[in-house]
Amino acid sequence: MSGVKKNPDREWIKQRLIGASLCILIVFAMLFLRLMYLQLIKGEEYRRLSETNCVRLKSIKSSRGLIYDRNKKLLVENRPSFDLKIVLEDAHPMEETITRVANLIGVPCKDLFENISKAGKAAFYKPVTLKRDISRDQLAIVEAHKFDLPGIHIDIEPTRNYIHEKTAAHLLGYLGQINREELESGRYPHVRSGDSIGRYGIEKSFEPYLQGERGGRQVEVDVNGRVIKVLKTVEPVSGNDLYLTLDFELQQTAEKLLVGLWGAVVAIDPSNGDVLAMASTPSFDQNDFIGGISRKKWKVLMDNPGRPMTNKAIQAEYPPASTYKIVTTLAALEEKVIDRHSSSFCPGYYKFGNRRYQCWKKSGHGELNVVDALAQSCDVFYYQAGEKTGVDPLAQYARGCGLGRRTGIKLDHERPGLIPTAAWKKKRFKEAWQAGETLSIAIGQGFDLVTPLQMASFIAAVGNNGTLFRPRIVKSIEDSKGNVVKSIEPEITGGLPVSKENLGLVQKGLLKVVQGKRGTAKGIRIKGIDIAGKTGTAQVFSRKAGEKFDNKKLGKTLQDHAWFVCYAPAEAPVIAISVIIEHGEHGSSTAAPIAGALIKKYLEKSEPEHQNLKAGNS
Amino acid sequence: MFDRRLIENFDWGFLIIILLICFSGLAILYSAVTAGYDGTGIHYLFKKQGIWMGTGFGIMMASLVIDLRNFDKLNLLLYSTCVGLLISTYLFGDLGGGSRRWLVIGFLRVQPSELMKIALIISLAAMYSGSVSQEGLGFRNLIKPAILCLIPFVLIVNQPDLGTGLLLLLIAGTITLFVKVEKKVILTLAGIGISIIPLVWVLGLKEYQKMRIMTFLDPGRDPLGAGYHIIQSKIAIGSGMLTGKGFLQGTQNALSFLPEQHTDFILSVLAEEWGLAGCGVLLLLYFILLFWGLNIAYNCRNMFGSILAFGVTAMIFWQIFINIGMVMGLMPVVGVPLPLVSYGGSSVVTNMVGFGILLNISMRNFTKT
Repeated sequence: MSGVKKNPDREWIKQRLIGASLCILIVFAMLFLRLMYLQLIKGEEYRRLSETNCVRLKSIKSSRGLIYDRNKKLLVENRPSFDLKIVLEDAHPMEETITRVANLIGVPCKDLFENISKAGKAAFYKPVTLKRDISRDQLAIVEAHKFDLPGIHIDIEPTRNYIHEKTAAHLLGYLGQINREELESGRYPHVRSGDSIGRYGIEKSFEPYLQGERGGRQVEVDVNGRVIKVLKTVEPVSGNDLYLTLDFELQQTAEKLLVGLWGAVVAIDPSNGDVLAMASTPSFDQNDFIGGISRKKWKVLMDNPGRPMTNKAIQAEYPPASTYKIVTTLAALEEKVIDRHSSSFCPGYYKFGNRRYQCWKKSGHGELNVVDALAQSCDVFYYQAGEKTGVDPLAQYARGCGLGRRTGIKLDHERPGLIPTAAWKKKRFKEAWQAGETLSIAIGQGFDLVTPLQMASFIAAVGNNGTLFRPRIVKSIEDSKGNVVKSIEPEITGGLPVSKENLGLVQKGLLKVVQGKRGTAKGIRIKGIDIAGKTGTAQVFSRKAGEKFDNKKLGKTLQDHAWFVCYAPAEAPVIAISVIIEHGEHGSSTAAPIAGALIKKYLEKSEPEHQNLKAGNS
Repeated sequence: MFDRRLIENFDWGFLIIILLICFSGLAILYSAVTAGYDGTGIHYLFKKQGIWMGTGFGIMMASLVIDLRNFDKLNLLLYSTCVGLLISTYLFGDLGGGSRRWLVIGFLRVQPSELMKIALIISLAAMYSGSVSQEGLGFRNLIKPAILCLIPFVLIVNQPDLGTGLLLLLIAGTITLFVKVEKKVILTLAGIGISIIPLVWVLGLKEYQKMRIMTFLDPGRDPLGAGYHIIQSKIAIGSGMLTGKGFLQGTQNALSFLPEQHTDFILSVLAEEWGLAGCGVLLLLYFILLFWGLNIAYNCRNMFGSILAFGVTAMIFWQIFINIGMVMGLMPVVGVPLPLVSYGGSSVVTNMVGFGILLNISMRNFTKT
């Protein structure tokens, strides 16, 4: 390179620095001119603005997404709530104003002062909510006296409204105020202190979609804090709407059938895993949770022995009882322990070791093949089948049927249930597996635990010839303009571990449960619709097998749970149902009729469609 | 062993300017942090800032003992240490306000991106001092410096700290232009830039990214965030009028309407309480400071020292320009502190080190190399 300079000569550096100096001069002149503009020319105006501190930020709450059922029936909406607010800075004299407003709306002023002290010091310039959701009468009084109430204003904010209170409460869920930890976690960027977020059910699992984005206004206010000019507005973005797979009418029917009972009903569309109904009783009113539930109401819910806050469909685990015989049948057939021709004789008991394992029918079933054993739920047949299959193969098949693991429904707190293995017992109790325990397992007692949703999902798979779906509750998510944000497709999670032929035998047995002459649920037959199902009676009171007992002498909470799982119409099912009634004693007498009524309701509604299908087939 | 001429040549005037700015800065900060503060005793933020200023001053004076010309050789070591610190910040840095900027060493919380500025200036000065020519730098001379800038830039923008990242590029660009770049190189680069930016805008950016950039360039588009801060800041500044509301009398400040009133928006506290008069004095002090810096660059008789002095002056200049411009609504809202006035230890120390370099160069002017 030519002319590389080791040392700067005067001329060169002078020339370079003159440019730099000019730049500094221009920039400083510009900054100073700007200062003059702000402080001298606009000074008066800004001084005025600063004296009343009148440019404020007002937040606009976004409207939470709506929730519809599968037929686009609105289930959850937002209604306007009139919130009484105060800006302490503008309220002079403060105590007098608050006392006055308390007297006007007829609320003890103690409550209002409490709300102010809760808001803390930092809230001096921000509106503090004195009372949420005042009535229209109270609103009218406050508006009429607004010039005597400096600093007080009414905000209209969207509030959640569960249109059909108590219906599908566990599934839809409820909201609750966000707490400080959640605010600081950074997971809710659009939520402010005092806002509500989904706390339970769909409201919780789909919170990010439902939430929306808060907007706001820059406003100029007068000395009394009243808005005189809106400077700038950012419109809030409404949350996305959810379209559920739920059939609201079916849900209502299910809940009506469960009135006065403790239990759960799950109905699933076997062709895609859509949850058509999910009811759990006793229930609660979601509207009570808006703006914080009162301590009294909460105590009532907590003290109810029927556990109203538990979604029994996914959170409660029960012994599957005789409904588990479907699994035992599958396993025994697949393991070739039995086949379509094998039969055994039931004398009313099974001698194992030095113990007698009783069949529920003391007089015995006599000679039975596999189909009839399932139809008549013969315990002795399954003691033998289970014994020959063994605990670990049984567990393997049960898991293949979706039991003992979460179904993966998009709801929190789902329980996995329990399917024991020998290794599990060793680990849990440090004891070896007893052969007699296999007998209990084979008829769904002992350690076995399942949730009603798992059973519904399983029986749906039996009905649809072996496909297990992840239960789907939300079909599509749309923004407020109707554009699809996300559409959730049915998802296959596995297939039943059984050949078509063997599954056919099971289906035949299940059909005979209802349609057969000696079926355990023959009482729920509906003319023109073939139902396939299985009853179950789960022992709550743990006792030794074969021990004599009398249900009637036990207290209500010790009586057996009643199960019924089924699908219909048997040849091409459109609905699969699982019902559990806590302490309902017998599956055939309490649980099965509920399922029967639901099937009737559901198929009647879609009857034209269903009949067309039949006509097409014949 | 000790050259008496060093003391004789000491630049007392420059030191006085620095001290004047320091004391004004502390006074403004005192007002900013005590407004609405009901506690007794001195506010701890004020105390901390005092300690930082003392520490910075000590480091500045101590650094005078070293003959800066040695840094000509040490620059790579310094540079790689700073890059190393940036990488460790990326890996183990302390998360604060959504970004990873601080590195915790024992009881110290340092911001390596601040130190990086000094290291980059020294490295660029060392690199350019060997290739200055009448015609200016060609493409080939610019490759190494470009890499030198981009490494820390990417690391800092990733933190994410866009303000400091852009500041780094601005400083480097200013130094490069100062050293002189061939005309055809400037034209070519400008041409490429002008043709690429629209292309990237149309094809490369998603809608929300565009929105973010637009909001960055025009805070008014975000009336609930940056735009609101700017409005409040403008009200504070404007309401000061000619003579201000008086020390500790600012209402915008006292009511905590201002965001970050003790850091990035501290000028609005000064403007509100001391009016145009107070701001004018501070601007004048900064103006003298910058010219003094340029004068040191002019008087230095070796190329490395000259470029170095210019670089440090450029660093101070850009901080002042961006910060004041932002507070008055002329610039995007980026977190660049006002030198010696905004609260913040790393910034104070970095600027003090910069002034130390200027003093160092100025007192050793007599020795020719």
